[in-house]
Amino acid sequence: MTFALSSSRLATTLGLASRNLLQQRAPIKHLHTSLKTHYAASDSPPPAEGFLPGVANSKFIKGTHHDALRNPELAGVANGETKKMNTFQAVNDAMSIALATDDTACVFGEDVAFGGVFRCTMGLAEMFGRDRVFNTPLSEQAIAGFGIGMASMGSTAIAEIQFADYIFPAFDQLVNEAAKYRYRSGGEFNVGGLCIRTPCGAVGHGGHYHSQSPEAYFAHTPGLKVVIPRGPIQAKGLLLASIRDRNPVIFMEPKILYRAAVEMVPVGDYELPLGKAEILTHGKDLTVVGWGSQLYVLENAIQIAQQKMPGLSVELIDLRSILPWDVETVCNSVNKTGRLLIAHEAPKTQGMAAEIASTVMERCFLRLEAPIQRVTSYDTPFPLVFEKFHVPDMIRCAEGIERVMKF
Amino acid sequence: MLSSQKINLAKVAAKAFASPLSVRTFASSAAVARNFNIELHKDSFESYKCEVPSLEVSVSKDDLLHMYKSMVVMRRMEMASDGLYKAKLIRGFCHLCTGQEAVAVGMETALTAQDNIITAYRCHGFTYMRGGSITSILAELLGRRAGISGGNGIVGAQVPLGAGIAFAQKYLGQKAATFSLYGDGASNQGQVFEAYNMAKLWDLPAVFVCENNRYGMGTAANRSSANTSYFKRGDYIPGLKVNGMDVVAVRQAVAYAKEWAVSGKGPLLLEMETYRYGGHSMSDPGTTYRTREEIQHMRSNNDPITGLKQRIFELDAATEDELKAIDKAARAEVDQATEEAKASPEPDVSQLFTQIYQKSAGVPFLRGREPEETHYY
Repeated sequence: MTFALSSSRLATTLGLASRNLLQQRAPIKHLHTSLKTHYAASDSPPPAEGFLPGVANSKFIKGTHHDALRNPELAGVANGETKKMNTFQAVNDAMSIALATDDTACVFGEDVAFGGVFRCTMGLAEMFGRDRVFNTPLSEQAIAGFGIGMASMGSTAIAEIQFADYIFPAFDQLVNEAAKYRYRSGGEFNVGGLCIRTPCGAVGHGGHYHSQSPEAYFAHTPGLKVVIPRGPIQAKGLLLASIRDRNPVIFMEPKILYRAAVEMVPVGDYELPLGKAEILTHGKDLTVVGWGSQLYVLENAIQIAQQKMPGLSVELIDLRSILPWDVETVCNSVNKTGRLLIAHEAPKTQGMAAEIASTVMERCFLRLEAPIQRVTSYDTPFPLVFEKFHVPDMIRCAEGIERVMKF
Repeated sequence: MLSSQKINLAKVAAKAFASPLSVRTFASSAAVARNFNIELHKDSFESYKCEVPSLEVSVSKDDLLHMYKSMVVMRRMEMASDGLYKAKLIRGFCHLCTGQEAVAVGMETALTAQDNIITAYRCHGFTYMRGGSITSILAELLGRRAGISGGNGIVGAQVPLGAGIAFAQKYLGQKAATFSLYGDGASNQGQVFEAYNMAKLWDLPAVFVCENNRYGMGTAANRSSANTSYFKRGDYIPGLKVNGMDVVAVRQAVAYAKEWAVSGKGPLLLEMETYRYGGHSMSDPGTTYRTREEIQHMRSNNDPITGLKQRIFELDAATEDELKAIDKAARAEVDQATEEAKASPEPDVSQLFTQIYQKSAGVPFLRGREPEETHYY
């Protein structure tokens, strides 16, 4: 059963399926009957998919209009409407607004004209024309280079790399061209209009080449910004900010959240700040930092830990921007709690957690009550059948919390 | 065998200058600028899937003298760079274009400011032709405040950028083209072919210009490239091989390419057959992979400046004294610029942290080596 489910979904989400298959909802519906009943039924978003326990019931998912608009960062659209959207619809909505408000903006990438393998660009070509939303050859290096060239002319280039695992051919372009363009020309030229969107992270069945989280590679590059949203509301606001930010931004979308996370998203035009973390729960005993889909794992882990340690008060921080990352928010929190746990899906060695731990050690050394915990994937290639052992699941994260609390 | 082939090639190219020119000058009053009709050597171009440009070229005296002056200034500027490098005032990596002047000069005289040029690191000449002052170029090399900037550092990486720039031109409705330059070495980068494909697929006004100076760093073209007919390597993109040592031929080919690109025919490949006199960079003596005789032969028989000078004399477009005056003025201009560049102060150390991100981009600080060196914006 599990295998059948996985391989079918693999074919669907990985775009190996033909266009026709992608449009055939029936087999997917059939496989997801149980999941569908589990998630709130709705007329707009398709049934939630993907193995990530807890997303639908998460406190961080804003399922109602009022819940969504309580966020002070959304003050600009507080009087507007909201609409039920999953993450791919929110991403789509952001790009639609970007295209409508900026005549120089174009969306391009592999298969984006017919909606993209994750449906993020659905309807955009029809709405804005095939000269603005177009397919590229399977040439990641040239997609990045082309986008950089276009952005250097002052245009807004929204490029999609179909999977973050495929971004490596574009690594040279992003690190050596995009990141350095402004610096090496003394500010005469820039490619600030470039935004690279790419789906990242584990999805339950992605294997070696459809699961990786390469944010740390790019976080090592001054001149780039790296952003990872945790759900539809965040994805829309952060993506609009990333597209409009006049620096090259790599926007990594946890692919499991495309369908798994459904929120009431403001329909208006709004941006969320880059470089700013968000404190999801306030607490005094322990700071926990994560981003993207890992936050839902952490939310569950904290609950498990609290069952073992009643009264445990945890401050959970969504880093949101990986570069530049919000040192102040994290360090202020650690100065308060004295303990820090960081969890991410990328392997441990040279992962982003190492950077955070090191900076916190520099800044909060005398306040630390316990060694900083890094709960991450193992230092192995991302495995297919061992995925559930590989990723830092709620049990491992809960154990990490226990370790740091009982030190 | 190998080197004799090269010499033969050089001879063919040299003939372009040595052959008698069919010259017809217009009867003109002193007030009207005289135009010279030049018949280019029949071997100036070789085409692939397209017509060759006309060998009949009309050039004004001003054009000829401007081209001459530009090449002379460029060469003196590179000599100055060479001297400054050897005096350890320029540090780092320095790639001179001595010998390849006709490419940058011929191109610029056929283009307008609306057209774009993107190249790699052998960019001093192009920067000058695009309007960069000599002082600003030398100051850049010296790492001084008066420096301009330019060039792209990774071989071939600028080529897909050129496709993107051409796309933006097309999208914005500009009647202009983008010329992406790369060398015979970089021509084997995969991304060059990725860019070819995109450019043809979308019929972009993109002209790909391979400056074939015969050596990609220390490796001869035929040792690195399975097909050294670089103008044919676009497969589905027509191409043109150009005698890149003849500035008038370059001008003619680039004018043809621009017309081709902006008329909606899509991309075109140009191969400029040229030669660099120096090593790949200053740390390469340039004599370990080719003979001194070959270099000397190219200098004596195929030099772009000498070739143009000869042409000017044959056309009777200017006297030896006029050209000598240009030489002298170029020397003085470069000497003065060198002094200005040397006098320019080093940039303030705060520059280290500027222009990494857009100002007010929400990047509060960047770290130095130690916490106290952290730069706050």
